Amino acid sequence: MEYTDVVMENFTCPKHVGEIEGANGVGQVGSPACGDIMKIFLKINDDGIIEDASFKTFGCGAAVASSSMATDMIIGKSIEEAGKFKNSDVVDALGGLPAEKIHCSVLAAEAIQAAIEDYHNKKAQ
Amino acid sequence: MKRIYLDHAATTPVDPAVVETMLPFFTEYFGNPSSVYTEGRGVKKSIEAARLQIAAAINADPREIYFTGSGSEADNWAIKGIAMKNQAKGKHIITSTIEHHAVLHTCEYLEKQGFEVTYLPVDEFGLISLDDLRNAIRKDTILVTIMFANNEIGTIEPIKEIGEIVKEKGIIFHTDAVQALGNIPVDVKDLNVDLLSISAHKIYGPKGIGALFIRKGVPIDNLIHGGAQERKKRAGTENTAEIVAFGKAAEMVTEHLEDNAAHMKKLRDLLIKGVMENIPQVRLNGHPEKRLPGNANFCFDYIEGESILLSLDIIGVAGSSGSACTSGSLDPSHVLLAIGLPAGVAHGSLRLSIGKHTTVEDINYVVDNLIQIIERLRKMSPINADCPIDDAVFDKAEHHHH
Repeated sequence: MEYTDVVMENFTCPKHVGEIEGANGVGQVGSPACGDIMKIFLKINDDGIIEDASFKTFGCGAAVASSSMATDMIIGKSIEEAGKFKNSDVVDALGGLPAEKIHCSVLAAEAIQAAIEDYHNKKAQ
Repeated sequence: MKRIYLDHAATTPVDPAVVETMLPFFTEYFGNPSSVYTEGRGVKKSIEAARLQIAAAINADPREIYFTGSGSEADNWAIKGIAMKNQAKGKHIITSTIEHHAVLHTCEYLEKQGFEVTYLPVDEFGLISLDDLRNAIRKDTILVTIMFANNEIGTIEPIKEIGEIVKEKGIIFHTDAVQALGNIPVDVKDLNVDLLSISAHKIYGPKGIGALFIRKGVPIDNLIHGGAQERKKRAGTENTAEIVAFGKAAEMVTEHLEDNAAHMKKLRDLLIKGVMENIPQVRLNGHPEKRLPGNANFCFDYIEGESILLSLDIIGVAGSSGSACTSGSLDPSHVLLAIGLPAGVAHGSLRLSIGKHTTVEDINYVVDNLIQIIERLRKMSPINADCPIDDAVFDKAEHHHH
């Protein structure tokens, strides 16, 4: 399977690239297998709503597209809703990913969970 | 949009003169060369003329040229054929860690059959050490197989010197010259090789045809059993159209070898200079001088190869990468790992291989655009000089299998 048009759009013009000023939840995950590292930044307000999200990714086209789509999808969601976010949500939104690239969507979902966990940890301190 | 093809190490477009040569063999000269009547005899003559052209290209006797279905088949035949025929003398084979998979996987297969294989390491430039080779030779060594020029990083191995060492010990020497032919002189008499693999589609010929040079008197078993074709050494009705095409292609690259090589070398050096001088945090893989005239291979720190390839494809440029994401496997290129690059760096490789039709304008366009592509991808990357990724990060990271 080749990359869908949605994947290519999200690769060539990714949304939410970079670091957000004042991010209060940051998660980084990486896989040696495909050589990709994904870092997600969240800005969560006092009501527990994700006001803004962004990413920085070292990886292939699918990794960049997954990061772009995933951050776009969780903005405006509560952290409870975002906590239920699954990799299949990213895959569906991208119109599918080649089998060997599914793990890129897994990374995106895991990076979001890691960022939410980081937010909770910081809050507990 | 105009396409700029910079992946000639993967394959080349068939030269129109080669196409013209092969076409009548699909319709007019369709006879089976084994047939005794006119249609067969005529085709047989054309095959022998092509064999002569191939022989001339590598300074062999035409009776030492055997057509195969690919360069991979030639490699398989050379290694398995020598191993099977000579196993009573010994079961030890020497090769290198940077061979093409057609050689490496054949050696791994033979290991399962009870053969022992020594994989010689390479230095940072991709060169094997002659001392390592001398030390690896044993009483039961029956075959040394070392590639002429590497397909990824373009490094040219000291084949003549290896040949001298191996010959002195009375061991059989095979070289995979698939990347060398048409780019550098290939002379089997000068090189002291006993077997040499070549392929048509790397020299502006069609895919699906290769050849193995077998020096007269070298004891070798058959790989493909069946009919009496190729002097009873390789069964299967001859691929006549492609054989004559291969002959024509070999004749053309030999005739224009110096001009083509000089042209490619000029553009390669322009490309390397443009990239190295304008893009920070980049390294050139392979040997600075002992490299194929058309090969440039870079690693760009902090970014991943497939992203570079996709970005180049969008602007009309075709290249390749040793990144795992482009290989269909989970590991980055075995060649880049063998020259000592950490996995994280090997993932950021880009190979651009120049051909006889590449122009200065093509190279300038690629360099100008590459500068922007690398800058854009680096801005997107979570790793940089302050936050580098090293093996420790990769070791700590969780391995994903989903």
